[in-house]
Amino acid sequence: MRIPDVAPGARVLAFGGYQPSKVVTNDDLAETMDTNDEWIQSRVGIKERRIAPAGESVTDMAVQAGGKALAASGLSAGDIDLVIVATCTPETQIPNVSASVAHRLGIHAPGAFDVNAACAGFCYALATASAAVRGGAARHVLVIGAEKLSQWVDWTDRATAVIFADGAGAAVVGPSETPGIGPVVWGSAGDKADAIYVKDRSSFLYQEGQTVFRWATTALHPVAKEACERAGVDPAELSAFVPHQANLRIVEAIARKLGAEKAAVARDIVLAGNTSAASIPLALSRMIERGEVPSGGLALLLGFGAGLTYAGQVIEIP
Amino acid sequence: MAFSEQEILEGLGKIINEITGIPASEVTPDKSFVDDLDIDSLSMVEIAVAAQDEFGVEIPDDQLKNLKTVKDVINFINA
Repeated sequence: MRIPDVAPGARVLAFGGYQPSKVVTNDDLAETMDTNDEWIQSRVGIKERRIAPAGESVTDMAVQAGGKALAASGLSAGDIDLVIVATCTPETQIPNVSASVAHRLGIHAPGAFDVNAACAGFCYALATASAAVRGGAARHVLVIGAEKLSQWVDWTDRATAVIFADGAGAAVVGPSETPGIGPVVWGSAGDKADAIYVKDRSSFLYQEGQTVFRWATTALHPVAKEACERAGVDPAELSAFVPHQANLRIVEAIARKLGAEKAAVARDIVLAGNTSAASIPLALSRMIERGEVPSGGLALLLGFGAGLTYAGQVIEIP
Repeated sequence: MAFSEQEILEGLGKIINEITGIPASEVTPDKSFVDDLDIDSLSMVEIAVAAQDEFGVEIPDDQLKNLKTVKDVINFINA
């Protein structure tokens, strides 16, 4: 038996994001349910979100975001040997999303699997990709978070319909001489499994808002701090903090308790809604596009959601 | 540790002011959180968490919805 060639480190080479074209504003929602722009903005901080039409699938959005990240990385499809898609809203359980995405991007016969850690999924997938590169199981990994939450939401329920949205974000991970993806801090709280769930395949998504809010604003800043500590990074050194875009009040509460004074804090939820596993790569790809974060700077990613699950790591911004 | 009603009222006034910006002087026992102070359910969670840190009494979410007035919270913390 032989040990494969290992890489000293792994890093993100590029990000890419994709949103469906249809914009749904708060005023649009107020036409069909008892809510209004002021109520939605004060509770969750969202002004508008994107909703995919009936014919656009999680796979379609994953292909779009994955293709952008791949193009931005300068690699070709033939360089990718592992594809991981984080999603909790695939149209089908069988087959998985990742093999179809790889095929449509012209990636030949890569390892391909989906990850379900809900809104924490992207950070789980990124940690897995980093480990695969460093361990020699893969050379270049395409990691995608893609969700179509609109198909699991009751569009008459104002508690959830105003929050969730559709989109995708992706990253290409490759080997590096120096560490570009820090150690992951991940965990779960299965005692709170009933805080966010879809009961069965004919049911809609249910969320115990106060329970999730309390957990998110009290249990997660220690995870964020630990991810920094394990990477040997002081929060004051961070150029960006990109938490899952669950609710603007949660984002701001965690950012305040983290104390990353210099960091640009992702507030993509305002225009994108809560896109679960897609929210972190989507938000960061847009911050990079707008020039809000420096290449080579450090970003703390922090995913959290149904399970309950959570994961966070520091990365170097490509 | 037991707190007097006045101590809890003052503590709540300070917490509510920090979280919502409402002047502490407006936080009086007869005030309703929703109807008088216009405090939403998520701010109530933040107040409950801060009150737990201050007074050492946990206010679970299923109890929180029954606490309509400032006096209700004072009584819960004192119970």
